[in-house]
Amino acid sequence: MAISLTVNGEKRMVDGDPAKPLLWVLREDLDMVGTKFGCGAGLCGACTVHVDGNAVRSCQMALGDVQGMAITTIEGVQATDAGKRIAATWVAQDVPQCGYCQAGQIMSATALLAQTPKPSDADIDAAMMGNLCRCSTYVRIRAAIKAAAESAA
Amino acid sequence: MSAATLSRRSFISASLIAGGGLLFDLNVPLARAADGTPTILTAFIRILPDNRVIIGAKNAEIGQGAKTMLPMLIAEELDVDWAQVTIEQTHADQSIFGGQVAGGSRTTPREWVPTRRAGAAARAMLVSAAAAQWGVPAERLKTASGKVSDPASGKSLTYAALAVAAAKLPAPDPEKLTLKDAADFRIIGQSIIGPDTPAIVAGKPLFGIDFKLPGMLYAVIENCPAFGGTLKSANIDEVKALPGVAHVLTIKGDGQPESLFDGVAILSKSWWSANKAREALKVEWDDSAVSGFSTEGYAKQAAARRTGKADGDIIRKGDVDAAFAAAAKTVKADYSYPFLAHGTLEPQNCTALFKDGAIEIWAPTQYPENGRSLVAKALNLPPEKIRINFTRIGGGFGRRLMNDYMVRAAVIAAKLPGVPVKLLYSRQDDMRRDFYRPAGWHGFRAALDAKGKLTAFHDHFITFGKDGEPVRAAEMPEYEPPVEFVDNVVMEQSFLSTNMPTGWLRAPGSNALAFVTQAFLDEVAQAAGKDLPTLMLELLGADREIPRGDRSPPFVTARAKAVIEKVCAMAGWDQRARMPKGSGKGFAFYFSHMGYFAEVVEVAIVDSMPKVKTVWVAGDIGSQIINPLNAMHQAQGSVIEGLTQALAGQSITQVAGAVEQSNFDGHPLLRIPDTPDILVEFIRTDYPPTGLGEPALPPVIPAMVNAVHAATGRRIRSLPVTPDMLA
Repeated sequence: MAISLTVNGEKRMVDGDPAKPLLWVLREDLDMVGTKFGCGAGLCGACTVHVDGNAVRSCQMALGDVQGMAITTIEGVQATDAGKRIAATWVAQDVPQCGYCQAGQIMSATALLAQTPKPSDADIDAAMMGNLCRCSTYVRIRAAIKAAAESAA
Repeated sequence: MSAATLSRRSFISASLIAGGGLLFDLNVPLARAADGTPTILTAFIRILPDNRVIIGAKNAEIGQGAKTMLPMLIAEELDVDWAQVTIEQTHADQSIFGGQVAGGSRTTPREWVPTRRAGAAARAMLVSAAAAQWGVPAERLKTASGKVSDPASGKSLTYAALAVAAAKLPAPDPEKLTLKDAADFRIIGQSIIGPDTPAIVAGKPLFGIDFKLPGMLYAVIENCPAFGGTLKSANIDEVKALPGVAHVLTIKGDGQPESLFDGVAILSKSWWSANKAREALKVEWDDSAVSGFSTEGYAKQAAARRTGKADGDIIRKGDVDAAFAAAAKTVKADYSYPFLAHGTLEPQNCTALFKDGAIEIWAPTQYPENGRSLVAKALNLPPEKIRINFTRIGGGFGRRLMNDYMVRAAVIAAKLPGVPVKLLYSRQDDMRRDFYRPAGWHGFRAALDAKGKLTAFHDHFITFGKDGEPVRAAEMPEYEPPVEFVDNVVMEQSFLSTNMPTGWLRAPGSNALAFVTQAFLDEVAQAAGKDLPTLMLELLGADREIPRGDRSPPFVTARAKAVIEKVCAMAGWDQRARMPKGSGKGFAFYFSHMGYFAEVVEVAIVDSMPKVKTVWVAGDIGSQIINPLNAMHQAQGSVIEGLTQALAGQSITQVAGAVEQSNFDGHPLLRIPDTPDILVEFIRTDYPPTGLGEPALPPVIPAMVNAVHAATGRRIRSLPVTPDMLA
């Protein structure tokens, strides 16, 4: 069954099982492997993408659920103002260690910044607590979000 | 672990040539700079015609910063600017690159001299080439920013202009090279971001899980839930008939968790489809030999062993019985800790292609040569028929010192010649097929004389063993503190048997032993009417080096004392009594992986759990902090990982021979709101620099539980901390 979705502004047709999680559609059918598989159960946040502007766990969204929706992934998020600023501070502060969770962290942080331009510590906690970092880069994640908020034009 | 050092071959140039990545072909003549290709100077260094330099990083990058640090050492001695440098990961071949193990915080101490020499050797060759060209003595020439210059004549040439001539020169004797004085370092000591950071942030494919080959099939493996169970039967044909399933294969185990368990592999063009097909798989296992192992059983056996005679001694010195008989005061307490999983965020995976009697492997592995020997054995292949490429690694923590995923991918690939195969564990597989930090139990006794001096120390350590030896990562060394500082000591051990595969988890051994010994010594200090820093300083005594045999560097008491005094000053230890009710500060010191670390933790009790507010860290890892930015990352990460082990609720439990937990709900991590302020300072001492992946971790756990005691008067003697302990 062919399902149409918009990924990073481009119309894409996917012929596949509507029950297949968006995570695996991105990684396998669309060859976009920036979105990471961590737990398959919505527990770690590594697979976070934006669906219609909201940060969601792509391992918990079926292909059939996102038909016609606008999806933004790590590969495309730097096209947005918030994504660009987050990416710049992420590099400047060298946030990643192993780096595996960082796509998900950046997607959650970007959604936060787009919706809350000057997030408080409590806002950051609420937006980021679903994203695990096994290397514990949390100190720098918080600092980089604050720096990105400060960098707003 | 192999400790192959940088061989002479690593410096030799003329037989080496570039391909894609650092490929070498002994039969191809040296490339010419003029045709635009790079010139190979050494195994680690290629010079491009525009004077950019490609430096090979030989150890796997697991987030510890080796891919930045090793090229920094080369670039420093090569005398180029960091802006000229591009870093590439080498492949795995210790005959060319020397040892390539990413573990034990050993990369820095092992590579500090040889890897700088690799840079200095290339520099010496470039200088010699310039000297020959100008007809002047090499001694009067200078280098800087990728150029050789002659101050006397004012002549100057770029490395690129000299590379072809330099590459024809014989490699210098590494032992005779002069290395820079620390005062002249321009790269070492600078904060440098990871070379992959921009690509990570852009979501580029870097990790093992991301690597793809045309026509690749994905594989999952179903094993018996109880480790070591064997395959009786499976509905292979039914699963094979499912849409999307390409192959269903049985795998014969060899009884070694490090290589192969009996299993059924399902392959598909889609990993999701292969994994989903497991729902239809019906397997009958024989787990009769292993289904008796359980957490409950271990606890009962440990309790029974506590009162009995130990299986054997680790160390015995002085007269413990006499010291206890003469004691003014004694302290007694039992401590324990659970099995832990690694839970790297990137699940274990490996890609393999078997073709024409040889296999090529793309693996996120910390220890490729171990994987090579296991694959060679499993496939009956000569080691030279196995090529291993590194991928970036989504977390190591010791899990990927094991190579089970590599052997299994190789065995499946060998059954399907010409077809690339990627094996990927599901999260459930990853958590239930780990090599766990072993659980342990300690029965401590201490004797104090009338002056509060520790006169005797006794530990009955109940651990896991086989044939009278501890299993992997379940040993306690004979120098475990406070052995060296007490006259009368018995450290003895007893062994329980288990089918749990065990392995090294970041700061192996130390992550558990620091907890029990430093928490118990806090009890001893209390009984002696002093605080733990005071007790530790007394025990350490006069400045001296205490030898520890072959397995550990000597223990330098002055370095320990300095970090203890430093952290107490940083944390305002003397003013700790002024803290509000329900808050407290705790201290611990530990020496592991050649690093001396003292830490103070401040907690407040919130909802019957310790909330960690601030952690102060004072460390001594020698004369240089090679990359201060990464040093901070490692210290912060180690502290939070230690707190995670103690506070997040981690405990791997077993029923009927199988692990119960299967995801991050059952084996959680701390999250961003749990992150304390972490203040780190390093003391520079005149010792060669050592590693920082691990030594900041062990002391944070006992410092935290000691802080809980300061806040509540209650002792935490078992991990993880749960609210019922403080309710």
